[in-house]
Amino acid sequence: MEEKKIEAPLTDETVKGLNAGDQVLLSGIIYTARDAAHKRLVELLEGGNPLPFNLKGSVIYYVGPSPAPPGFVIGAAGPTTSYRMDPYAPLLIEHGMKGMIGKGQRSDELIDKMKERLAVYFGATGGAAALISKAIVQAKVIAFDDLGTEAVRELAVKDMPLVVINDCYGGDLYIQGREQWSLE
Amino acid sequence: MENKKKRIIDVDQVKNAVKDLCIKACTELNDDLEEAFKKLKQEEESPVGKAIFDQLLENAEIARQKSIPICQDTGFTVVFLEVGQDVSFSGGYINSAIDEGVGESYTEGYLRKSIVKNAYTNPENTGDNTPSIIHTEIVPGDQVKITVLPKGGGSENMSRIKMMKPADGIDGIRDFVIETVKDAGANPCPPIIVGVGLGGTFDYVAYLAKKAITRKIGERNPDKSIATLEADWLEQVNRLGIGPAGLGGRITALELFIEVYPRHIASYPAAVNIQCHAARSKSCIL
Repeated sequence: MEEKKIEAPLTDETVKGLNAGDQVLLSGIIYTARDAAHKRLVELLEGGNPLPFNLKGSVIYYVGPSPAPPGFVIGAAGPTTSYRMDPYAPLLIEHGMKGMIGKGQRSDELIDKMKERLAVYFGATGGAAALISKAIVQAKVIAFDDLGTEAVRELAVKDMPLVVINDCYGGDLYIQGREQWSLE
Repeated sequence: MENKKKRIIDVDQVKNAVKDLCIKACTELNDDLEEAFKKLKQEEESPVGKAIFDQLLENAEIARQKSIPICQDTGFTVVFLEVGQDVSFSGGYINSAIDEGVGESYTEGYLRKSIVKNAYTNPENTGDNTPSIIHTEIVPGDQVKITVLPKGGGSENMSRIKMMKPADGIDGIRDFVIETVKDAGANPCPPIIVGVGLGGTFDYVAYLAKKAITRKIGERNPDKSIATLEADWLEQVNRLGIGPAGLGGRITALELFIEVYPRHIASYPAAVNIQCHAARSKSCIL
């Protein structure tokens, strides 16, 4: 299948052009955040405070990388399970976030919000962390340094291999895949 | 009573062994798993599923060559310690030596530190991935076997325990196991290894399920009737269609292992410990 090359930050037009099952190669600037950082981001938003990065069109990668050995940009950097971010993600989408990268199924509430506000959820292959880190060309901590691996990082990525799990039309690759291959 | 001479083992030897095992477990995919990926890639019918197996093989190759972790989640360090009863440790406390080995490997080996203090009141990281979880068993002989299992959080979170009724029968347990895998879906990084514990008490059944996932691919339970259940339940799990990375396919699980223990007449405990495809464990004997 032909891979679609897309750029982050994402526009509405890019999101509208993606369908569940599409293989994409993502390039541009993305941000990392997982459980603890999401809690803080949402607290900042609820308190009316500025965030450490611009959410408009942003893509957040759910990852806590392993430390970079000398000479490496980053260590192993595969996705963590996404459902733990479901309580926080709808508010981030309301404030402009357009894309999420992780693994595993999302909540119905979040999927509805993605349809309403045009956002997309990409899957990266869980456990293929050494392979994925090849696509990360720059990494720097930009906030919450005290959280260690859970700090917010700005990543420059080049042709990061992803698959569209949930598109903005309600398509869900996990459901489609299971329906196609189930023998039950 | 016979007073057999003790074999003295310095705990520093244990520390160094643990350190080496942690780094190797996190960066070098075990041969049995690599062979299973190659074999099951052929059996997988979904093209996307086949492509995922290719990614996992390439990932293992990169990790080995560059000495970086197979998966960024280098886990909670679970240590199975089998101590021969004719062994005596010298030079310090054995559990502290194990944690020193874990701490040094996670720091010097650039492995992720994923453990926070006092679980519910203090989210501060302990800084070196300690403490580990140590399961000690006293066995006959004068050797010490150490198995290190860095256990990722994503698959651990999809694990379940259930105190069932004897009336539920073995089919009830089978349904519980399959439902657990089905509900986990794409979350625990399939293709998974399913560890099942049956019998014992609330605490012991979970230990059995954990112990089950330390087995090598293809290693059936020596009890023929249990081995038959393993093969049967594995086949049923692989009818779910979840597939590699949860994107749909035939291979949802690489293996299903069952460990059993006698039970109380009133109890019917079952536990399912889910292990992701990055099933990292290394052993050594001192």
